[in-house]
Amino acid sequence: MRKKLLMASSASSVITLKINGEKYTLPVDHRTTLLDALRERLALTGTKKGCDQGQCGACTVLLDGRRAVSCLQLAVAAEGREITTIEGVADGDRLHPVQQAFLDLDGFQCGYCTPGQICSAIGMIEEHAAGWPSAVTEDVRPEAGPPALTVEEIRERMSGNLCRCGAYVSIVEAVARAAEVCVDDETVSSVAGAKGAAA
Amino acid sequence: MTTATTGIPVRPASVGTAHTRIEGRDKVTGAAQYAAEVPFTDLAHGWLVLSTIARGRIRALDTDAVLAMPGVLAVLDHRNAPRVETDYVGFLGKPDPTCAVFQHDRVPHLGWPVALVVAETSEQAREAAESLVVHYEQEPHDVEFRGDHPDAYPVDAIMPAVTGKGDLEAALAASAVVVDAEYTTPEEHHNPMEPHAATAHWDGGRLELIDSNQGATWVLGDLAKLFSLDPASVRVRSEHVGGGFGSKGVRAHQVAAVMAATVLQRPVRVVLTRRQMFSLIGYRSPTTQRVRLGADADGRLRALEHRSLSATSTVHEFVEPSAGVARVMYDAGAHHTANRVVRLDVPTPTFMRAPGEAPGSFALEAAVDELAEKCGIDPIELRLRNEPDKGPVSGLPFSGRNLAACFREGARRFGWADRDPRPAVRRDGRWLLGTGTAAASFPSGAAPSTATATAHPDGTFTVRISAADIGTGARTALTLVAADALQVPPERVHVRIGDSDFGPAMLAGGSMGTRSWSWAVQAAGGELLERLALGTDIPPEGITVRSDTAAAVGALTPAERHSFGAQFAEVAVDVTTGEVRVRRMLGIFAAGRIVNPLTARGQFLGGMIWGISMALHEEAVRDRASGGPVGADLAGYHVATHADVPRIEADWIEDTDPDDPVGIKGIGEIGIVGAAAAIANAVWHATGVRHRNLPIRPDRVLSARAGAPDA
Amino acid sequence: MREFEYQRAFDVAGAVALLGADPDTRFLGGGTNLVDLMKSGVERPARLVDIRELPLDEIQSAPDGSLRIGATVTNGDLAAHPEVRRRFPALAQAVLAGASGQLRNMATVGGNLLQRTRCGYFTDVTQPCNKRVPGTGCPAIEGEHHNHAILGASGHCVAVHPSDMAVALAAFDAVVHFATADGPGEVPLADFYLPVGDTPHRETVLPAGALITGITLPPAPVAAHSRYRKIRERASYAFAIGSLAAALDVQDGVVRDARLALGAVASRPWRAAAAERVLIGAPADAETYVAAADAELAAARPLPHNGYKVDLVRNLVVAVLTELAEEAAR
Repeated sequence: MRKKLLMASSASSVITLKINGEKYTLPVDHRTTLLDALRERLALTGTKKGCDQGQCGACTVLLDGRRAVSCLQLAVAAEGREITTIEGVADGDRLHPVQQAFLDLDGFQCGYCTPGQICSAIGMIEEHAAGWPSAVTEDVRPEAGPPALTVEEIRERMSGNLCRCGAYVSIVEAVARAAEVCVDDETVSSVAGAKGAAA
Repeated sequence: MTTATTGIPVRPASVGTAHTRIEGRDKVTGAAQYAAEVPFTDLAHGWLVLSTIARGRIRALDTDAVLAMPGVLAVLDHRNAPRVETDYVGFLGKPDPTCAVFQHDRVPHLGWPVALVVAETSEQAREAAESLVVHYEQEPHDVEFRGDHPDAYPVDAIMPAVTGKGDLEAALAASAVVVDAEYTTPEEHHNPMEPHAATAHWDGGRLELIDSNQGATWVLGDLAKLFSLDPASVRVRSEHVGGGFGSKGVRAHQVAAVMAATVLQRPVRVVLTRRQMFSLIGYRSPTTQRVRLGADADGRLRALEHRSLSATSTVHEFVEPSAGVARVMYDAGAHHTANRVVRLDVPTPTFMRAPGEAPGSFALEAAVDELAEKCGIDPIELRLRNEPDKGPVSGLPFSGRNLAACFREGARRFGWADRDPRPAVRRDGRWLLGTGTAAASFPSGAAPSTATATAHPDGTFTVRISAADIGTGARTALTLVAADALQVPPERVHVRIGDSDFGPAMLAGGSMGTRSWSWAVQAAGGELLERLALGTDIPPEGITVRSDTAAAVGALTPAERHSFGAQFAEVAVDVTTGEVRVRRMLGIFAAGRIVNPLTARGQFLGGMIWGISMALHEEAVRDRASGGPVGADLAGYHVATHADVPRIEADWIEDTDPDDPVGIKGIGEIGIVGAAAAIANAVWHATGVRHRNLPIRPDRVLSARAGAPDA
Repeated sequence: MREFEYQRAFDVAGAVALLGADPDTRFLGGGTNLVDLMKSGVERPARLVDIRELPLDEIQSAPDGSLRIGATVTNGDLAAHPEVRRRFPALAQAVLAGASGQLRNMATVGGNLLQRTRCGYFTDVTQPCNKRVPGTGCPAIEGEHHNHAILGASGHCVAVHPSDMAVALAAFDAVVHFATADGPGEVPLADFYLPVGDTPHRETVLPAGALITGITLPPAPVAAHSRYRKIRERASYAFAIGSLAAALDVQDGVVRDARLALGAVASRPWRAAAAERVLIGAPADAETYVAAADAELAAARPLPHNGYKVDLVRNLVVAVLTELAEEAAR
């Protein structure tokens, strides 16, 4: 039975995926999502399946550097794209600043949403650095300048990642700390100010 | 024989100091493996087929067509599945027979498992399962939960259904102030982020289950009984568990996986979809609660009645004991409580974070707030005037009741003294602002557990206990407890959990896990330390001692043992759009000895966030016509997102119990208790409208017009 | 999910040719709606034509103030584009109010227009639904409908369109461009969605086999002063229960121009033309705004459990127009 699956047919293809800088060639059933390819075929189980329908964010990976949910991405359609998963964000043994902040500030409990939260935060910090506004940005016009990464902005931008344990408070603290590493000084002070004001 | 070690450690204590999680690095790098992620060669995938009717019989299943589909290995249904035994008493009493799948042709609710399709890949299994045509003989169903259902009856469960003292009607008649109100809470679902998953395989005559559960001992015991196996021939492992909240016990998917692995003699994995979870893992029943309070003008209670109705299935009794909280919180000359259920054609509800206390505290603490308003007394002051000196129903002494201290500390930090009690007078732009408070309590129990502690020649130690870390930080907490018991730094202690081979232990539930396990770990560690003090050489295999806390737990003197807390919330309400936002929250808890402040904070905050979610968002809607849930996914069933959660604070006060050898009270559930009431009370303070039906949805806020101050 | 063939298209003509007239083939854009619907069994295509690599991922701004947005532009890129934010801030806000950052990075403009309803009966293949299986009935009318339509619905379907983006596009007279085997075509967004009637399964006027290639937003100076407000049952990552895209030009206390469109009230983004007629030329005050809202809501036919949407829409119109007028006065 399994041999039959491996044969190329109109319903399957042999594809090459670029994941964390490595190339993986594998046959896939066209129905296989990137999420299932990672978890079931490539032993990259750090990417989590929470809802399998784009409603929780646990499966977030970076596609060509941008965060995306891998459960709604067909594996066959991901061929040719640069895929980064949680297994690929650290620099060798040195954790990514977002990972380190999650660890130090206890930005998780059960840990199941955590890889998605971390990948999402990495992508989100990039989006913010590129000047992207969010739904809570007071004035989205370019003349208003890039929005500061306040805690309110972090919360809105991270809202695609559900955490049922309710670790949100420390996740936001961790993202804010990591963003201080990654973004400019002006943003740092606004984050700190917002924290102080809310306390 | 257990030795309860209470000696003061020689070295600085690890318990009470902040430690990042032992498995933290694995969790942030994706290395931590959950149940569906442990690799197996020759793994087959099972997919459950659920009924599309709410009541009736299976007439036929067209399995031949499905068996001919690519990759399909087997279809199990009530005609060919292995038989299981359900007439037994398990870890938590008689089992909910909804876990015993494929034994008969009856369908007791929509979403009942009628078949398992097993195939080579999950894609094949899913398509085949969804292609299976099932013919039913449908019968009329009743899924409508309502407060006046004629078939309601009282059920004794973990507590008596009914308690009563004094003449209620006379006491109400004699009261200067009376509150009489009905409160409702909806059907709520656990929705842990990790869906339930189990892989079953036979390994040299032994059944092994890699599972996502809250207690390996629990699951092992029930599986052994269901399949008439010697418990020693079953092993259940759950290294990492992606949340549970009461839902991860013995369920249909584990039983189905064992059946399929037995029939096919190869490993079979069954993972639930998010939609299936809405039918198969239990949930919190909706409740309708009537609270009547009668008080003197000075707010002192003369009469208290708390009656709760919840739903259960037609095949098993589960009671959401919401009225139980009144038996702890307040006393009155006339004091009556009752928990009743009604049987409906729905799945069996189950334990969900703070069962009873969560919905019960919403009703009771909202009613107390209404009483304070009517009396013109500050709601904290009114509660302080009604602090009981012994269990209102049991008459037993409290083993520590630091509720008043929680309120005093919380009021100071929240700025309660400056509060203007008048409702609907504060505005910030389009938002009306208000603050509210509520009390919290949750029982502090312990259950027998066993643990082993091993000293190695290199000066390190291994502690083994069949505990489950479902996100609570138990692995880390037990490491700190063991380090203190062994009087070594935590770095020298390796705690292993999540394996039934480590011996029987309590499950992660009832806020009893860490308390019960710590007791066993402390005992084993203390005894090992005494053994080592004799100066014997440590052989290569180490020296191992084993603890069993059954006798020590049984020797605890009877008392009212609870955690307590004071919840505070500030909300903003736009009555023109119906939006309610929590602006800040504070919870102060008296919850015994705090083992790890870093992770303990997360437990309290997580509970409070559940309170926000319960107050404003969560609600499963059951379709009367079909009997099934509508919008059974995470877009249809809303839990709080990042954007719903402000910067909230949780802290705790000193709360010692000299009578208790372990001192840990358990903190997994108290955080949600009272949180929804504090928010609802704040919404009243903001708008002048009492919202007695959860969740406080925008449409309910919009529909609550002036002159109709009850929603 | 049934097995399917997968092909990738690299140009528009090729994509249209690959699709042919096959009713069992679907274009795959970001997949955020289609793949979900395939998993739930609502969609069961035999073939997918992947259009993400078509050269339709640009936003071009013309000096006259118009914008041409390619069909495969992601929602994320659309909302981030400086000219979108400058000329049509309500459009950027509407996109940002939808879904999550991850989904916006995947979802495309063309696919967003073709999103299917999130009605819980539609997405559950075990339930009857006229939109999914014509003639089976609409259980929402007697069942759960608190987030269903108050405008333009029928006894056959009361579902609402889920898009936020399309609400802003409706306010700004967007034109939808498409390609067919017979050549290109275009249709105003106002005419793009079909009335519900007794054919709720037929949602748009797109000819069979057509591929949406892009959207044009004509010049609209009034749009530079616009806003999108979305009300939902949690603060983020949820579909609207009511939303409003509004633009307002007030001079000397009189409304010179106004654009209004409503979301989550009908089977399509609902251009509030009746409200606009009341507004234009009238004094810019609360009385006018209420009258405008009521003019639009005169046609509302709420169900037993969604009457609150009438109040919600009225309040939203008044609140947002008041804010826009106050800002213009500053």
